[in-house]
Amino acid sequence: MQKNDKKIGVYVCHCGGNISDVVDVKKVSEEASKMKNVAVARDYMFMCSEAGQKMIEDDVKSLKLDAVVVAACSPKLHELTFRNVIKRAGGNPYMYYHANIREQVSWVHEHEKEKATEKAIREVRAAVAYVANSEPLEKITVRAEKSVLIVGGGIAGMRAAIDIADMGMNAFLVEKQPFLGGMTAKFDQEIFPYGKGSLKLVNDLIEELKKRHIIVVFTNAELEELSGYIGNFLAKIRIKPRFFKESCKDSNLESICPKKVIDPETKEVRSAIMMPPFEGAYPEVPAIDTNICDFCGQCAKACSAIDLSQKEEILEIKIGAVIVATGFETYTPKQGEFGYGTEGVITLSTLTKILSKKGYLALDGKKAKSVAMIYCVGSRQEKGNQYCSRYCCSAALEAAISLQKAGTRVFHIYRDIRSYGKNEILYEKASIGGSLFLKYNPDSPPTVIKNGGKLTVKVKDLLTEGKEVDLDVDAVVLVTGMVPRENEKLNSIIKVSVGKDGFYQEVHPKLKPVETMISGIFICGTAQGPKMAVESICSASAAAAKAASLILKGYTELEPFVATVDPNLCSLSGDCIKECPYNAIYVYEYEGIGKKAKVNEAVCKGCGACVAVCPNGAIQLMGLRNIQIENMIVNAGGFND
Amino acid sequence: MPELQVLVFSTNLISDVGIDSAGLMHFPYPANTTIIRLPCSSMLRPEWVLLAIKSGFDGVFVAADGSDCPYLKDCTERTAKRVDLAQRILRENGIEPERVKMAAICSVCAEPFANLIKDFIGNLEKIGSVRRGR
Repeated sequence: MQKNDKKIGVYVCHCGGNISDVVDVKKVSEEASKMKNVAVARDYMFMCSEAGQKMIEDDVKSLKLDAVVVAACSPKLHELTFRNVIKRAGGNPYMYYHANIREQVSWVHEHEKEKATEKAIREVRAAVAYVANSEPLEKITVRAEKSVLIVGGGIAGMRAAIDIADMGMNAFLVEKQPFLGGMTAKFDQEIFPYGKGSLKLVNDLIEELKKRHIIVVFTNAELEELSGYIGNFLAKIRIKPRFFKESCKDSNLESICPKKVIDPETKEVRSAIMMPPFEGAYPEVPAIDTNICDFCGQCAKACSAIDLSQKEEILEIKIGAVIVATGFETYTPKQGEFGYGTEGVITLSTLTKILSKKGYLALDGKKAKSVAMIYCVGSRQEKGNQYCSRYCCSAALEAAISLQKAGTRVFHIYRDIRSYGKNEILYEKASIGGSLFLKYNPDSPPTVIKNGGKLTVKVKDLLTEGKEVDLDVDAVVLVTGMVPRENEKLNSIIKVSVGKDGFYQEVHPKLKPVETMISGIFICGTAQGPKMAVESICSASAAAAKAASLILKGYTELEPFVATVDPNLCSLSGDCIKECPYNAIYVYEYEGIGKKAKVNEAVCKGCGACVAVCPNGAIQLMGLRNIQIENMIVNAGGFND
Repeated sequence: MPELQVLVFSTNLISDVGIDSAGLMHFPYPANTTIIRLPCSSMLRPEWVLLAIKSGFDGVFVAADGSDCPYLKDCTERTAKRVDLAQRILRENGIEPERVKMAAICSVCAEPFANLIKDFIGNLEKIGSVRRGR
């Protein structure tokens, strides 16, 4: 047994009401002050604030505290913050326990305030029991691979790869589709800053990629497996064959292919031959879509560039970090949702594609004289997608300006126009160009009726005292937003948390905006949630910088939470050696003691599986010794006080 | 009967994140719970379950990593072995083996966690508190 004469400080956070509105923090602090070894217990409005941190720092110095407990939010947010406070005060950062009384107390027990307070006291009791038996520890340094895997070759993925390369690291860019560009390359629309098309942006990024030889691009490829840990990941990449040896400009190839399908994304008829979709596309080599192709061989007879014997490849690469930039999908309205499925009712993405090709909207060969746009379709719904998709208001206004230029009258039927920031210029332009705005209440949304070839939108316009207005139009455009991509396979490989909305979840929107719960894996772009192109690019650069900050030094520091053997207790049963999934434990000749088990610290990942099977309790985890857990179990409830 | 108290073992990277997500979503579950974090549920020494019951907890809920475990592919099987052993130890000590329950809680399993804890406490109520008569 260790001596238990440690001086402990306990700090209970209000979190500005997030905790103190439910938990009686004064009582928690009062109870803490009565606990064994506790020299000081305080509560404070924001423990993570500068003043809060200073308070702890000063206490550690002046009261010569050995260990600290902070009862606050989840340790995932601020454990590191307070470990650093102790370090700054000259103490050891591992003489610390972070009790979670927000996510695991106040936010879930709002309706049982007294019981919530009791639970907070139990959590603090457990924390005090832990630190009473804590010991000073040092970090373990491990080598880190100076290379990054980027999953997704849209604008975010390409930007991240360029930034990684510019910091001197190898970048591996993996794109599932046969060509780079992602959703931004699907339609040529003006995007902010205006005057530049989305395809131009994609082309610029592709040109930048080509200039950097330390970027390796895999298209038609997927992440198949990921093992290891930060600094030392091993990724398996599955590269599907393109069945083309070289580029081929024969545009007849597509018509030679007898297979025809409607592309789910572009809604256009295409064959199994996928030619580069735009000028400057990367790679220039076409590909065959194996989901459609039945290897009839007709194309191979017509073109010598085709080689149907190409095989799939699996490549293993060593990387230090991973950036996930898998993007979004557009929302597809349900049949009958605002008349969807009726002729003349189209989505914003369809309109954009038509406009980028023709410059005007025509249905049945006649140019549309008037168009009604219905906003917030599939976004901001009470049931369904509750979020705002951010880009759609600006994109719809942009499209309206093009329509107006082509002589089409536009009616905007909206809930709120959120052309925020500099995008406001679009609202201004559309208004001056003759757009008419009608505001609807979500409780009585507009209806779309088709009567004898005539499309009518009925809307109760809040701007004219809720009067019902009937608009006869040639076309209705549903302003649809973004939805998360279905990435079931990838999710099972990278194991990054997915939020309630289906997008990848960051650890904290302000504190760790591109970090995930898995250290060494970062997220960016619309895979994380709806974003404008500019915002996607920004987050991609942020993810690249964050990845670099962890591995660019060529080493990374790991927590010291590894297993350790007390050779005096070890009976060399061999149980731990068999149990270890990483072969981190071996037999070692200890001087004066003899052959006993020993742990290789760099290989041990700290899972603790060995701890459970040792018959003598000889193998224990640093930072979470058996006595610490046992002390927590015995004291947490306070049943025997 | 004193109010039942449940000790929950969570895991730093997976199930504790799932339990946090219940908080983020304000998804309530009973407050008569206390949570202790482990790196991986396979670290659980079977005798800790007996220690918890002897210390006054009426039940132990092991929120295991399941197939999402970042450390072990067979985490579920390994944790199940520990829980099996723990049940044997409880039985040997004249304690109902139903006082320990294991379930895999993923990092977004807010609702499943809340429901499982409610069910577990419901089942414990049938057995009663270990502190009855005190």
